[in-house]
Amino acid sequence: MATESLTYIFINAALVNNFVLAYFLGICPFLGVSGKYETALRMGGAVTFVMLVSSMCAYGIHWLLLQLDAPYLQLISYIVVIASTVQLVEMFIKKFSPALFRALGIFLPLITTNCAILGLALFQTSKGYNFVQAIFYALGAGVGFTIALVIMAGIREELDLADTPAIVRGTAIVLMVAGILSLTFMGFAGLGG
Amino acid sequence: MNHHHPTLNPPAAEPPSSWPMIRALAGIGILCSLLIVSTWQLTLPTITKKKNEYLEKAIYQVLPGATSKKTFKITPDGKIEQFEGEERGVQRVFAGYDDQGRLVGLAIEARGQGFQDVLKILYGFSPEKQAIIGMRVLESKETPGLGDKIEKDPDFLANFKELDVSLDENAQIRNPIVPVKHGTKANPWEIDSITGATISSKAVANILRENTLRLIPVVMKNLQAFEDGSLAGNGP
Amino acid sequence: MNTDPAHLSTNEFIKGLWRENPIFVQVLGMCPALAVTNSVINAIAMGLATTFVLIMSSMLVSSLRSFIPRQVRIASYILIIATFVTVAEYFIQAISIELHKNLGAFIALIVVNCLILGRAEAFASKNTIWPAFLDAAGMGLGFTFALICLGGVRELIGNGTLLGYMIFSENYQPWIVMILPGGGFFSLGAWLLLFNWMKSRKERLNLAAENSR
Repeated sequence: MATESLTYIFINAALVNNFVLAYFLGICPFLGVSGKYETALRMGGAVTFVMLVSSMCAYGIHWLLLQLDAPYLQLISYIVVIASTVQLVEMFIKKFSPALFRALGIFLPLITTNCAILGLALFQTSKGYNFVQAIFYALGAGVGFTIALVIMAGIREELDLADTPAIVRGTAIVLMVAGILSLTFMGFAGLGG
Repeated sequence: MNHHHPTLNPPAAEPPSSWPMIRALAGIGILCSLLIVSTWQLTLPTITKKKNEYLEKAIYQVLPGATSKKTFKITPDGKIEQFEGEERGVQRVFAGYDDQGRLVGLAIEARGQGFQDVLKILYGFSPEKQAIIGMRVLESKETPGLGDKIEKDPDFLANFKELDVSLDENAQIRNPIVPVKHGTKANPWEIDSITGATISSKAVANILRENTLRLIPVVMKNLQAFEDGSLAGNGP
Repeated sequence: MNTDPAHLSTNEFIKGLWRENPIFVQVLGMCPALAVTNSVINAIAMGLATTFVLIMSSMLVSSLRSFIPRQVRIASYILIIATFVTVAEYFIQAISIELHKNLGAFIALIVVNCLILGRAEAFASKNTIWPAFLDAAGMGLGFTFALICLGGVRELIGNGTLLGYMIFSENYQPWIVMILPGGGFFSLGAWLLLFNWMKSRKERLNLAAENSR
């Protein structure tokens, strides 16, 4: 039973143990989509949304598997159920809110197999969060992901104008900047306590 | 594709069949479940044994002299019950016994907020000395090289050789555990912090204080149950 | 190009080790590469677990390739991969609880390692079992090799040890930053720099050779 307060859970997931910069989850979109500020923001929104949905799914599946006494199906059912739920939600949004779909839609299929999503589901299970705590955890993780992505995009837009040697262009320099960001985020440790 | 009838559907345009898809997914599903379940059956005895050994090692470390254990749980309303199976999210208490079957002490799980993330520790409580006689960090993500000193620093671990948690006449803890600055420990209920890992040491102290204030009175009240190793009406 | 079958199969095996190395060249599967490489032993365990899953799922995908319709292929691959990851997770747990604790959720996260799905889609679904096995083994070992490179640097500089043995003298002040998450980004960045530099040097040499001809 987890007794942490909701603020602690939120701050912990968003800043102290930022999914990208401390757990290295969701590095692929972090490296891929952090080129432009605008895209980064939308991607962040889409990830937060998928995280919320999959966090609720994971909570339900975990409860069900406990009833069935079948812990060995955890991984396989998480990935299958999360992937199909996101697909359903995507169709739903497409039908009822084309504007929202245009903003988030193209990212949704990409995100489903993102390790941050599955990571979130696994972490919340191993931490033993209840339903409300799980939602706050997902919200924190999504906000943290968005913050990291947006900061990175801001830096990269500036970096494009800088005169860098040919061999550091591309992934190498992004990783170096991410390293510095990660160290910066360590300053948040102890904030929730 | 079909060059002769560009405007018509290809001749073999029978309604798209979903049978191959269903067959493939069902077949793979069955194959996968068989694989998973057989692996689980195969490895379960070893895993249970290893997990148990791992836990026992930790328990015997915080309760020097213990050679066997029994597991209990404390319900939220302060009752002691035998613990069985894999139930999660309950407060577990392990009673350790020596060769003659006498109660050495109780190993109690405690958790709380550390510097980076949740800290999980196990501490040994001796009812005879009314003191904590050992502490071990079970799970921590404290900063390597700084915060993780709470697991290895010998001076810090020496705090837990005999840390006073004695009860007063109202059966409550007389002096709650407090962390103090390094080198200023004057009383047996104070924890000497580590320089450079102050927050992590304080976190350990706070977790212990909160947990002992809540549980030690309950444990002391039910000491007989732990000494007997069984509960009335609860089987042998 | 040599088309002799024996040469071709060596080629399938070798390419993953170096020329198409999953991490250093294709930059795939970064999450585990950064997350569990704070010591060599974790890196080896992670690398071998991934290799196991990669080989098993590639072989199964390859042998079922005519049975799986195109429309449901991704779903089938994910099912297969998730199965082998679960199998690997239970075996690791049976071998050592400590190791399982160190790797934590990252064993389960092998499922979403894009390398595995990538190989299933790009190679195993189009080839027979033997080339699929060689391709997977090569890619897996290349992945393991890259993880060991990262883990070696991080453990050596960040802790002064390799595989737990003291390498530097007692007075060595470890650079703790290398064990921290930031150090993961730095060391991977540094390795990529090295690879970029080698690539550009080779290109320059080739150009020079052509000009002088």
